[in-house]
Amino acid sequence: MGGTIEQTAVERRSASRADTKAFTAQVFHVVRVPLARHMTLLLTLLALLFAAISFFIGPSGLDIGTVAAGLFSDHGTASVIARDIRLPRAALALFVGGALGASGAALQGLFRNPLAEPGVTGVTSSAGLGAVIALYFGFASLSPAVLPLCAIAGALCSAAILYVLSLRGVSVTALILAGVAIASLATALTALALSLAPNAYAMSEMVLWMMGSLKDRTLADLYFAAPLSLAGVALLAVSARGLDALTLGEDAAHSLGVNVGAVRRRVVFGVALATGAATAAAGAVSFVGLVVPHLLRPFYGYEPARLILPSALGGAALVAASDIAVRLIAPDGQLLLGVLTAMLGAPFFLWLILNLRRGQ
Amino acid sequence: MNPAVFLQSVSADYSGRPALHHVSASFAAGAVTAVVGPNGAGKTSLFRAMLGLLPSRGVIRILDRDLKSWSGSGLARTMAYLPQGADAHWPVTARRLVALGRIPHRKSFAPPTVEDDAAIEDALLRCEAVAFADRAIDELSAGERARVLLARALATNAAILLADEPAAHLDPAHQLQLMELLRAEARRGTAVIVTLHDLALAARYCDDVVVMQAGQVATQGVPDLALSDEILARVFGIGAVRVAGDAGRAQLVACRPLGFA
Repeated sequence: MGGTIEQTAVERRSASRADTKAFTAQVFHVVRVPLARHMTLLLTLLALLFAAISFFIGPSGLDIGTVAAGLFSDHGTASVIARDIRLPRAALALFVGGALGASGAALQGLFRNPLAEPGVTGVTSSAGLGAVIALYFGFASLSPAVLPLCAIAGALCSAAILYVLSLRGVSVTALILAGVAIASLATALTALALSLAPNAYAMSEMVLWMMGSLKDRTLADLYFAAPLSLAGVALLAVSARGLDALTLGEDAAHSLGVNVGAVRRRVVFGVALATGAATAAAGAVSFVGLVVPHLLRPFYGYEPARLILPSALGGAALVAASDIAVRLIAPDGQLLLGVLTAMLGAPFFLWLILNLRRGQ
Repeated sequence: MNPAVFLQSVSADYSGRPALHHVSASFAAGAVTAVVGPNGAGKTSLFRAMLGLLPSRGVIRILDRDLKSWSGSGLARTMAYLPQGADAHWPVTARRLVALGRIPHRKSFAPPTVEDDAAIEDALLRCEAVAFADRAIDELSAGERARVLLARALATNAAILLADEPAAHLDPAHQLQLMELLRAEARRGTAVIVTLHDLALAARYCDDVVVMQAGQVATQGVPDLALSDEILARVFGIGAVRVAGDAGRAQLVACRPLGFA
């Protein structure tokens, strides 16, 4: 008797849970279908909106009209602030976010795992190491191109290590662990490089490189970051169909006429280019490439080809928004961009692992 | 008529270890040919050699042209491959998974053409997968998933289909359904080449059987000849009984291991 009552209660509870689930799914479906159709437009508008807001806020307290006028014609101090401080910061947020978002989507496609990301796989920290070496041992003064190139070289090193490991059939979990090891090593070497460097501000600079920030960027940073990160994203975009074919496994992708080796090399190089350029401009900003593709999957589907460019747009919007939040929360610059993205991204990473476990 | 795939004295190794040793076989268009053999006999290596995935010596001719003279995309349009234990790494919908089979026909960055869409729908229809075409692949049962993966290979509309153990992990009803699908594909003129562990399925559904053992072809012929008692005993170490089946074909039932009294 007690058994039946209990059973009925359990049945009722699970039935109501199923109802709630079905209802949520239905609501989500109703919202999702029109959203998915216009998602790309929406992401573009969001990114531009956040960049515009980012452009109009700052410690100088200039009103919108003055800053806008300063951008287009010469208005003394207002023009200096608009052109040399606000514009690089707002525009860099878009390029950095775009590069990191697309790199995340492409790495997830390459490793066929939603946990892959430039930060988690150590590519970002290695790029930071390359930049720090260039900057603090004087190579960067040789030419303005040296800093981004060294960051790209650093990113390429770690991406190449992961690539070689993946060729040897190492499991994805092991690859992610290798990424963690590379990230710790790169961070340790960055600290070492900074303490050896003849620089009085090494400690505070170190934090900037390891956590990432868009504070005090110049137009020169933008001139290098923009074309290099765009080139990286373009390289990832042309690999998109190959990554889709890899959904079926390597032999099947081969049988579909896809040159799997070439796709892998293009992705590794594209990620190094995009992440290296982004890190040279903003330091190590992590978890953007993890969060963005995951948030966009319900709208675009799981195929890497559908996700790479939207993830670039989404990443741009997210970084621009985070850079606004950073300044609104702590106007004196105590909160760094990378700290905020890690505070949002790391719990998300854990949640993702928990959900993947349950899914299996 | 010349065979769709012709192999003469093909040898190959996997990092020094011999995988295929002077294999000669032929696979006809419009027929289902089974490749059978114990584990490690070289069935998958044979497929990989035919696809150019495993470098090999000897002669491999695909539609009367040497394998090496085919371009990558040309070969991809001609031979569809369903690997062993095939699965999707992302939970895409069934229709989008089938759409991946059109990759060899599509130009870069071009949206799918009317022909692509028609081939996708046709493949879903032939594999009776239309009902769940918009569900994610990880929500499907094993039998449904096997049909979707086969539809992916069929969507290429290739002249040759290589299916490696497509019937593994399926219950008897779904195994029979899958074999019927392959037969229907052969009736359309495709050269269907399939590896099977279930000799009864091979005997019942296939026009031709290639028996492999230790990287070599033990024999090739119609099921009654290729799966004779002598071959079953020598290659597989089993005995079998045959019962009267439909269409005058003897049905094979593997029944006892030899050497275990």
